[in-house]
Amino acid sequence: MKTIFTGEKDPRLAKSVIGETLTDMLETDPDVIYLDADLMSCIGTLKYAKTHPDRAIECGVAEANMIGVACGLASAGFKPVCHTFGPFASRRCFDQVFLSGAYAKNDITVIGTDPGVTAALNGGTHMPFEDTALYRTIPTATIFDPTDMVQLENVLRQSVDMPGVKYIRIGRKDLPKIYEADTLFEVGKALVVREGKDATVIAAGIMLGEALTAAENLSRLGIEIEVIDPFTVKPLDALTICRSARKTGAVVVAENHSIHGGLYNAVLEVLAAGCPVPAAAVAVEDEFGEVGPQSYLQKRFGLTADHIEEEVKEIIQRKHV
Amino acid sequence: MDLREINDLKILAARIRIAALTAIHSLGSGHVGGSLSIADALAVLYGREMKYDPADPAWPERDKLVVSKGHAGPGVYGTLATLGFFPYEELLTLNKPGTHLPSHCDRNLTPGIDMTTGSLGQGTSLAVGMALGDKLKGRTNRVFLIVGDGESNEGQVWEAFSFAAAKKVSNLVVMLDWNKRQLDGWTKDTLPMGDYVAKFEAFGFDTVKVDGNDAEALSAALEHTRCGGDKPFAIVMDTVKGAGVPEVENMDMNHSIPVSDEQFERWTAELKAQIAEWEA
Repeated sequence: MKTIFTGEKDPRLAKSVIGETLTDMLETDPDVIYLDADLMSCIGTLKYAKTHPDRAIECGVAEANMIGVACGLASAGFKPVCHTFGPFASRRCFDQVFLSGAYAKNDITVIGTDPGVTAALNGGTHMPFEDTALYRTIPTATIFDPTDMVQLENVLRQSVDMPGVKYIRIGRKDLPKIYEADTLFEVGKALVVREGKDATVIAAGIMLGEALTAAENLSRLGIEIEVIDPFTVKPLDALTICRSARKTGAVVVAENHSIHGGLYNAVLEVLAAGCPVPAAAVAVEDEFGEVGPQSYLQKRFGLTADHIEEEVKEIIQRKHV
Repeated sequence: MDLREINDLKILAARIRIAALTAIHSLGSGHVGGSLSIADALAVLYGREMKYDPADPAWPERDKLVVSKGHAGPGVYGTLATLGFFPYEELLTLNKPGTHLPSHCDRNLTPGIDMTTGSLGQGTSLAVGMALGDKLKGRTNRVFLIVGDGESNEGQVWEAFSFAAAKKVSNLVVMLDWNKRQLDGWTKDTLPMGDYVAKFEAFGFDTVKVDGNDAEALSAALEHTRCGGDKPFAIVMDTVKGAGVPEVENMDMNHSIPVSDEQFERWTAELKAQIAEWEA
């Protein structure tokens, strides 16, 4: 695995990557079928749906029914991909995903766009800080929190052929370039994106770019952090996490999500059970979202490289205690 | 339909009732009322309308049944056991540890159960998706969906019906078990839902109301659903909760009730006497 991170943004927007990848999957696999809850135009699939109404199913603003219909389609032999905004893909239809999907063994993929602060100007009502937490409680579910466009496309293509419920949480806008094209991603296998010895930073989604920026800044101060992209929040790669934790002796988890129930909790569970070291979170405290540009919200909720650097410096002191 | 055919369906319905009571009595209590109210519908579906193969429950071209009021599992299990999907003795394992017959229908546990249900409302969208999927796959089969009237309190039911009509899912037949009662009592006292026929018609269904405990009337209504067209079908089944066992019909509360040895013997003896009469 090779990384190409320089801080430069990928010129493609995530919504275009989702829309173009999905359309290609629909064209190349007759069993893939796509459902949306009146948000097709938000990921650029509306035009395709108008000409292919049997391949791209418009469900209207009725997410519970969309998930149920998708599960019924799965039982009839399809590989459904559902899209709506994150809060509606998690809170609104949780019971349908849980029972009609996972419990009944109807295999579906759910894309929840604009998780956490990426909901930006849609504000608190549309800003899920708890979607990962909800999906983590669903037995057999897989949760992806992609970090760049290469990974996003790879995840989307892989997910339709995987058993169970798959949840992909992804903003619709830009992301930094991190991985070389054609990088392979193995479900449940975390990627050590940067090696270091002083502390481990485990960062998901938009926070991986922040962590790599923090790594550069800290390096100039003589602090070398190991940066891990867990790739899947569930299943979580306990082996890679523990190996790194034992090596560095301290772990900071960075995620665009509540401190309750998400990646931070998942990592704490791994550390406590197998390799206890001091740990800290760069995540949203026990708060609701609010409206504003993403750059403002990242500062407001502490989801920045600066905050990661502070936590790393602080935790390094603690590990020497 | 000739008298013989009608009698055969009545006999099957009675045998389904006996089988459902056998399962519930083996445990001592269960969802008697709602299992009995749909026994005639199950008899007509499996005795006349649906194509299926007990030896090959996963046959892709089979007609499928989703019992969205999943607590009527014992009624469905009674049907499947009577028709040979699994050994009749398995009915005695209802809800026991390791059973293939849980209280609510589970497609991953029971041969012949086409969809997992139990969380009310969810079976409706699942059935609509199954029917749409079969249609898109070019199959000629149909999906039958039994929904409870109490269940129709759930908003998802109406999301599913809007979608089914909008997408012209005409291989879907919704059978609403209008037994007028739900867990807490009468639907009129719990959450009255108004005129189901008007509702279904307004949603865009080809709709009819029949006596849902009358095999002949149900047969005619189901025969009409073979006509094709571009609308999904709705049959509002005017039923009695606990139908076929007068003592249960007349109980104040009959959703989930204990069944004593004495009651079981008496009720099944009455049903057996009816079968003997029809066979004669």
